[in-house]
Amino acid sequence: MLLTNPSQTVCKSYDLGSNPYKPELARIISIDPMVEDNYLFRFRFEDPDLNNSFQYRPGQFMELSVIGVGEAPISISSTPTRRGVIEMCIRRVGRVTNALYRLKPNDLIGLRGPFGNGFPVEEMKGHSLLIVAGGLGMVPLRSILLYALDNRQDYDRIILLYGTRYPDHLLFRSELEAMMYRSDVECHLIVEKPALSPDTPEWRGKFGLVTDLFDDVKDLDVKRSYALVVGPPIFYRFVLTKCLDMGFSKDHILMSLERRMECGIGKCGHCEIGSKKVCTDGPVFTYWDVINLPEMI
Amino acid sequence: MKVVKLPKSKVEEFLSSLQDFGEVIIPKEKTEHPGVYYFDVMENPSEMAWEYLRTIIPPKKYLHKPREVIFKFHKEQGYQEVIEDKETKRILFGLHPCDIHGIKILDVVFNRDYMDPYYYARRKNTVIIGLSCLPDEKCFCKSMNTDYVEDGFDLFLSDIGEDFLVAVGTSLGDDLVAERAHLFSEVEEEDRRKYLAFRKKRNESFRLELDISDLPYILDLEQKSPIWDELGKRCLTCGSCSMVCPTCYCFNVYDTLNLDAKSGQRIKQWDACLFKDYALVAGGHNFRENRAERVKNRYYHKQFRMVEQYGKPSCVGCGRCIDACPAGIDVVEVLTKVREGSYVTH
Repeated sequence: MLLTNPSQTVCKSYDLGSNPYKPELARIISIDPMVEDNYLFRFRFEDPDLNNSFQYRPGQFMELSVIGVGEAPISISSTPTRRGVIEMCIRRVGRVTNALYRLKPNDLIGLRGPFGNGFPVEEMKGHSLLIVAGGLGMVPLRSILLYALDNRQDYDRIILLYGTRYPDHLLFRSELEAMMYRSDVECHLIVEKPALSPDTPEWRGKFGLVTDLFDDVKDLDVKRSYALVVGPPIFYRFVLTKCLDMGFSKDHILMSLERRMECGIGKCGHCEIGSKKVCTDGPVFTYWDVINLPEMI
Repeated sequence: MKVVKLPKSKVEEFLSSLQDFGEVIIPKEKTEHPGVYYFDVMENPSEMAWEYLRTIIPPKKYLHKPREVIFKFHKEQGYQEVIEDKETKRILFGLHPCDIHGIKILDVVFNRDYMDPYYYARRKNTVIIGLSCLPDEKCFCKSMNTDYVEDGFDLFLSDIGEDFLVAVGTSLGDDLVAERAHLFSEVEEEDRRKYLAFRKKRNESFRLELDISDLPYILDLEQKSPIWDELGKRCLTCGSCSMVCPTCYCFNVYDTLNLDAKSGQRIKQWDACLFKDYALVAGGHNFRENRAERVKNRYYHKQFRMVEQYGKPSCVGCGRCIDACPAGIDVVEVLTKVREGSYVTH
């Protein structure tokens, strides 16, 4: 006798009887070498019905299979408000992503998901969003940034603070630079050092650390705001202090964590930390969750 | 709950008749290693080890397989689901209460939130027939509150001397009894007394004890305790404790390619949180690089995280990990030391 009746539990975007481990075929539509070893891949499901009905929340991730090589968890960089194409900015770093970089447009891969909680877009309605990204942290944050801009009336101020070490590493650079001229978003970019490669367009913006950009954020009502913070470990140490200094409560600071999410559905155990499973309880956690879990960052 | 009586003289006939339903799995004793038991397919009811103690591997191996193909794939056609043993009807016979509790925990893990179709397909075709037992010096199920089962079985046999009392837990269990009604008889007043005497004897036989009251809180306070480093020095991180644990469920997923370089299989295989590459991610960062962190994680998962997530610890007190550990690490000893703060620092 089964104690739990699966039909009574929430099968999240999966119907009873469907297999959450099963990758669906998707085709690479384009590969855009944004910065070195960080290409933007565009995918479309082979099944047109699935491609049209596919929904997700900003901040969720998918399991990407390079057929014959294996699977890896990847954040979604596109917004669900722009249907039909899934964009993922993928860093060449491991076995699966190296194999992916050998593929060409029109090749087939496997995708399953979306998994994870994503950003609480409903709860954040009516609030200002302070989006703080360091390095690759822009990858999951681009989704919520574009989502909020596409639902502009739902959010108060939208502020982006994004920094990398070199301009060469700035993801979505032309798209973000264009945002600096928009009046409905406050976009602040910063780099530590001048460009490494002569091919990188000259940097005319600010030099410094992403924490320096906090001085540009004026008169933010932190009680009616959320801070969305994603970046490398060292970045968290300083940015979180800044957010707390500004007066953010700990459950209004959201961060997205990475771990080894193998199954994506809370079964395989690899991404568990403290009492949380990053794949199903996260990857988005509040700072309150994180300080209560010793291994979090 | 309905209870009937099965005389021991008819129990082998009962076992044989169960083969009409499907494959019958029973505990057997290794001929080359007396006193070592394992679950295997029954060929003859005389192979049944009625007085068996814990088997090497728990019966989870029939539900959550050590290694299984979950997909066949092809570069152009994509992924095709494969569910091994999907149509196999199976009876797990002779499970002790600890192992039934183990399966109850796996049921929750594999069916909550998302349903695992591989586990579920086999689970729903599995009948569980429990068997009462007497503890040895490594059993601490009484401390873990897993020494009795009120549910999670189709039938449960309690040894009362000349007969078994058979508790009927499910409608399917009722059918199994009804189809073999000639083997069973009514329970009499004397049988009830015999059962209560058996219970008393069993309750008094436990020699190992572990106080688990407030354990998650104590563990939380002992996050930085030197005992974890001590354990890290002793533990070989071989993963034996995870392999033999009735509630360890972690697994890896990986692909193997056929010689045509176009098709292959996706494999799901048991993993252990003690292995070095368990929390290793692409790019080389390891979230639990040293042994102490990995050993500690195992203890916190069983006794802390599972309580937070599912309301009870995922240790059923079967004693298999005590038996299996080549370094002689004893879970009861470790947790007692944590509670008493009586570890030795060198």
